[in-house]
Amino acid sequence: MSEVKPGWKTLPEGDIVKGGTAAEFKTGDWRSERPVWFPERCIHCMFCWISCPDSSIVVKDGKMTGIDYDHCKGCGICVKECPVKPNKALEMKPEREGSCQR
Amino acid sequence: MDSTVEIRWHGRGGQGAKTAALLFGEAALSLGKNIQAFPEYGPERMGAPVASFNRISSLPITLHCSITSPNIVIVLDPTLMETVDVTAGLPADGLIIVNTKDCPADIRKKLQLRGGKVFTVDASGISKETIGRDIPNTPLMGALVKASGLLPIDSMIKDTEEKLKKKFASKPEVIKGNLAAIRRAYNEVIGE
Amino acid sequence: MSKVVARTGNEAMAEAMRQINPDVVAAYPITPATEIVMIFAKYVADGLVDTNFVAVESEHSAMSACVGASATGARVMTGTSSQGLCLMYEILPIAAALRLPIVMCDVNRAISGPINIHCDHSDTMAARDFGWLQIFSEDSQEAYDSLIQAIRIAEDPRVHLPTMVTTDGFIISHCLDRIEIVEDKEVKEFIGGDRKAANSLLDVKKPVSVGLLDLQDYYFEHRLPVAEAMKNSKKVILEVAEEFAKKFGRKYGLYEGYKLDDAEIAIVALGSTCGTAKVVIDELRAKGIKAGMLKIRVFRPFPAEEIAQALANVKAVAVLDRSDMWAGQGGQVFTEIRSALFEAVKKPQLLNYIYGLGGREIDQPMLRSVFTALQSAEKQPLVQYLGVRE
Repeated sequence: MSEVKPGWKTLPEGDIVKGGTAAEFKTGDWRSERPVWFPERCIHCMFCWISCPDSSIVVKDGKMTGIDYDHCKGCGICVKECPVKPNKALEMKPEREGSCQR
Repeated sequence: MDSTVEIRWHGRGGQGAKTAALLFGEAALSLGKNIQAFPEYGPERMGAPVASFNRISSLPITLHCSITSPNIVIVLDPTLMETVDVTAGLPADGLIIVNTKDCPADIRKKLQLRGGKVFTVDASGISKETIGRDIPNTPLMGALVKASGLLPIDSMIKDTEEKLKKKFASKPEVIKGNLAAIRRAYNEVIGE
Repeated sequence: MSKVVARTGNEAMAEAMRQINPDVVAAYPITPATEIVMIFAKYVADGLVDTNFVAVESEHSAMSACVGASATGARVMTGTSSQGLCLMYEILPIAAALRLPIVMCDVNRAISGPINIHCDHSDTMAARDFGWLQIFSEDSQEAYDSLIQAIRIAEDPRVHLPTMVTTDGFIISHCLDRIEIVEDKEVKEFIGGDRKAANSLLDVKKPVSVGLLDLQDYYFEHRLPVAEAMKNSKKVILEVAEEFAKKFGRKYGLYEGYKLDDAEIAIVALGSTCGTAKVVIDELRAKGIKAGMLKIRVFRPFPAEEIAQALANVKAVAVLDRSDMWAGQGGQVFTEIRSALFEAVKKPQLLNYIYGLGGREIDQPMLRSVFTALQSAEKQPLVQYLGVRE
C-alpha cells in the first residue's frame, strides 16, 4: 500500500507533469453505497448523466448504458435526480453486507 | 493511566470521524483528562478515506506530531478495510473496533491480526434505528468506552448530552437518538 | 477565575477576539484561518460583540479596511494565512508606517507554489520586514494569551505598531486542546477600556490628513521611528507579560528557555515543534544527555542580545527553520541568530536545519536525530534539509 515516492533530484522541473491523469485515479473505492441501474425502467432522460459530478454515467449513442464503478464515489445524486416513477431506474445499495447474524 | 493513549479513527468524508474525535476528546476533558483531537487533512470530499486522532492522558500533552502507532483504532466504515491499511502501526497489544455486522473472529481473519483485541458492533444499524440515519460515529464512542475502559460510560453520556444540547438546541429528537445509540453500542459491542 | 475548556487554535483565537470586543474586524476567509473570522462573524451576528464586521472581497481590501478603520482611532483586528497574508503585503508596511496598532491572527501556512495548505512559516517570515511585531505560539493556550497581550503591546504609546500573533496551520489551528480561558470582564480590565488614539480621521473638530507623500526629504525620517518603536517594544512586551502573569498565572517572555541553563546541546525553534521537542529533551535528559531548547516567542522585534546571552554557554546549537530564504545561506531564524552571535566572545557552534516545509512531518525520531548530530556538530554541514527525500 505504500508507494515509493521520488526524491527532489529526480522530479520534473517546475512540478509540471503529464496531463489527463485524473482518469488514472480510481475513486470507486470511496463508496460505501453504490447506485444500481435498472435498464428496463430507464427512460434515457440523461438527468443522471448531467448531474453526475464524476462523469461516471456511461452513455453511448445518446443512451444510458451503465455506471463507471471505477470512478463513481457513491454520492447518490443520480438516484436523487432520477425522475422515473413509481420505481426509479437507479437505486442505492450497500457496497457490501455483513456476515454475522445477531 | 499515566502514559498517553493514542486513538485513530478511520472513516469516509461525511461519516463524522472528525466529530467523533472532537466529542470524545471533549468528554475526556470534562472528566479531568488532558486531551488532543485533530483530523488528518487531505481532500475533504464526501466518501474519501479520512482519519482523525485523539491523545488522552492524565499528564499535560505537548506532542504536536502525528500519531503513527495508535493504541486503539476505530473503523467507521468496513469497506475501508479493503483499501486502507487500518492496522498500520497498531502494536501487538492494540485494540481495534470495527463498525460491521461481522463477528470479531471474521474481522480478525480478514485483517490477519494475531495479537490484540478485536471488537465489532453494528454501529450503522444502531444509528439507523435510533437516529434514523447511518451516522456510526456516536455509537462507536459507546463501543470505544466499553472496549477501552478509558472513561465511565454514564459521565461520558452526560457530557455528550450537554455538547449535543448546544449543537442541536432545536432538534431534541437528534440528541435523544444519539444518546440511545451510544448506550446501545456500549451494550452490544462484542470482542475477543 | 479561569475555566478549563477544549478549544482548537482557531476557536481559542476567536474566543480571545470576542473577549477583546474590537471596534472593527475586516477579513477574508482563507484556509486554515477561515474559522477564526467565521466563528467571530457568528459572534457579531449573535450580538455577542459590538464589532463592525466588514466583509471584503480580498485580503488586500481587508488590510486596507483595517488601516482606514484604525486611522479613525478604532481598535481593529483581522485574521489570515499564506496567500491571504501575501495579498496583504502591499498594505502591511503602510499600517506600520502610519503607526496603527492593528492586531492580526496569522495562521502559519506554506506559500504557493506548488499549491499547499499545510503548515510552514514561509508566509509569516516573508512578512518579517514590514514593521509588524510577530509573536509565535506553541499551542492554543499561548495563542489565546498572546492575542490578549498583543492589544496592550500594540496600543502602548511607546510602541504604536501593528502586531501579528501566529499559530501553526492545522497542527494548532485545527487541534482541539485543553486550554484555560479567563472571564470576559478580566480580559476587559486587562486591556483597559477603549483604544486611546491621539488622532482620528472622523474627528471633525481636529481634522487630520493620513497617508501623505514623503519624498527624499522626509521619507527616511518617517521610517526611522518604526525601528525605534520596534526596539522599545521589547520592554513593553515584557511589562505586559509580567502583568499578565501576575493576573492569570502564565508567564511569557521574548523567548522561553527549556532546560537551557545547563544545556550542552540545544535547539532553537518556533511554534508547535517546540512542544514535541520538549518530550524529546525530557527523554534525553533521563539518559543523562544535557539537551535543551530556546523557543523563540517574539521574532519581531528580534531579541538578539537576549538570545546571544542565553546561548553563550551551550556547546552546539541547531537552529530549526520552518522556512527557507532560498539564498543558500540557511533560513530566516538561522541568519538572525548567526548575526546576533557574531560579536559574542563565547558562542556555540551553530547548525541550521530547514524542515517541515508544506506540512512535512516533524516527529520525535527526527528531532532525536538533530540532537545526535549536535553531539558531533563539528562534522556536520552548516545548513541541512531535514525530512526531505534525496
